[in-house]
Amino acid sequence: MVFFHALQINETVCEGCSHCMRVCPTEAIRVRDGKAHINEDRCIDCGECFIACPHKAVFVKQDDFEEIFKFPCRVALVPAVFLGQFKDDISVSRIYAILNEIGFQHVIETEISTPLYTERKNQMEREGNNKPLISSFCPAIVRLIQVKFPGLVDNIMPIKAPLDITAMFIRRKLVNEGWPEDQIGVFYVTPCAAKIAAVKSPVGEEKSSVDGVINMDSLYNRVYKKIKEQGHDYKEVKLPIAQLTSDSILTSLTNGERRLSIAEHSLSIDGIDNVIEFLEKVENDEVEGVDFLELRACDQSCPGGILTYNNRFLTCERMFNRARYVAGKERRGEMTRAKEVEEEHDYLMNNIMVEDVEPRSISLDPDFNKALEKMNKIKVLEKLLPQIDCGICGAPSCNALAEDIVCNGCKLTDCIFIQRNMESRKSMKVETSLKIMEKTWGQEKIENYIKSKFLKIKK
Amino acid sequence: MHLEYTVVEGDFVNAGSASSSIKKTLKQLNVNPSIVKRVVVALYEAEVNAIAHAYGGVVTADIDAGKILVRVIDKGPGIPDIDWAMQEGNSTASPEVRNMGFGAGMGLPNIKKNVDRLNVQSTVGVGTTVEMEVNLG
Repeated sequence: MVFFHALQINETVCEGCSHCMRVCPTEAIRVRDGKAHINEDRCIDCGECFIACPHKAVFVKQDDFEEIFKFPCRVALVPAVFLGQFKDDISVSRIYAILNEIGFQHVIETEISTPLYTERKNQMEREGNNKPLISSFCPAIVRLIQVKFPGLVDNIMPIKAPLDITAMFIRRKLVNEGWPEDQIGVFYVTPCAAKIAAVKSPVGEEKSSVDGVINMDSLYNRVYKKIKEQGHDYKEVKLPIAQLTSDSILTSLTNGERRLSIAEHSLSIDGIDNVIEFLEKVENDEVEGVDFLELRACDQSCPGGILTYNNRFLTCERMFNRARYVAGKERRGEMTRAKEVEEEHDYLMNNIMVEDVEPRSISLDPDFNKALEKMNKIKVLEKLLPQIDCGICGAPSCNALAEDIVCNGCKLTDCIFIQRNMESRKSMKVETSLKIMEKTWGQEKIENYIKSKFLKIKK
Repeated sequence: MHLEYTVVEGDFVNAGSASSSIKKTLKQLNVNPSIVKRVVVALYEAEVNAIAHAYGGVVTADIDAGKILVRVIDKGPGIPDIDWAMQEGNSTASPEVRNMGFGAGMGLPNIKKNVDRLNVQSTVGVGTTVEMEVNLG
């Protein structure tokens, strides 16, 4: 089975510089013919390669914006992080008005269903099985656990994320208003690649309630263009559904779930490397007495998503300010409750769970004995390799090359140390080792040297 | 396949390095995650035992068709009464070790719970060998 992933390499821009290969937490990237290639089975869409790429060659595949017009009834499902992209003087209702103008009759904030999500989560925490329970909020984390920590899949709470619950709610509401199911198009505005994968190939669910995904950066451009065009001449719309509570505004920030958790001992960890470090300990049973883990792949959680425009710290600050303002209104009893969502409470709660999450094995072979045989070969190869993880072979580490030799048809002679040794023993021609380099890094990089005007190369 | 690691007396900071490495190997061998977990829990426990009570030692692991055999061989002081040590709650850990969150007297009993075969051999003044086997199929 091939897993959908949203991160792609633009080969015309890719220099094959291997920055992405070195940062990938699942060792999913190799350089071949001078271009980076992503292994679909291993990619978890965390976006580390996107951040590392100095040439902007990593991109996030998105649906064509015009797709929305295939549906007569169009909904923009907007996370609070999107509104956090704009300066304080641009009001929420003005942004809503612009979203209406560019094609969405309905705009709804993703986190409107957070209270239901929290309610179900707290129920599971009370039941208290499979501790520490791990939040399913961040899809990159769910995929990370499937690929790298298969022993912990049962700790993931199989609850739909607020984005899916809200999509279910708005669908139901529009169907009740008389729209045929197939005429409703729900489009999620995503801050990251992983949420796209979550919509396109959901874990523990056959089909998502979301019809398409719009990258947050491209929608930001569209909206900001309108803001510039409007100048001081703009309209605002009345917000159709009660606004988010102060708690809901903060859900997608680090600590957003933990602060609402009933668990006595809980942690929130952001940043994929921090999460991996901690899950290693959890998997070894070295961590005792922790009931709940909120884990997010991006630094500062969703404001740090790779498709956001604004600096993540500034986005957090804006979202905190918004939450504080709303909290004040809540204290004064000036907030209208999301009655429409509350009315659908039972329906949504009945459909809030997904199937248990299954591991996505990256073992050497499905058959134990064959895998053991391969493993023994890998151990022998590792002893021959220099163990300096230079990456000249186009794999991120000596260990990865050893695996590629045994499983993916790579050769020991891909290693530059082996090449040099063989050359000195006259068992490999210099031309041959150059050809091997060319195969990994592309002809161009080798020819740069030959073509150089500053060197006098004997022909 | 044969793997080997050293365990240093009193080095709690590095407890778990052998179990982490063996865990990685078992995952690549497509061993069922719940079995991997049992091996790792038992081995971690044994590692901590050797660090807390013994003058260091070695961990060896042999993986072949269908089973893993792990030996934690320490250099003493040895267990005078193995049956007593196998009972939950019995502990000889120093207050210093207990302050670090270890030494609750659950070590050997917890290992026993997680493995398919356990064999503890000990000679006072010489050392202890904890041999545990887990079926991987």
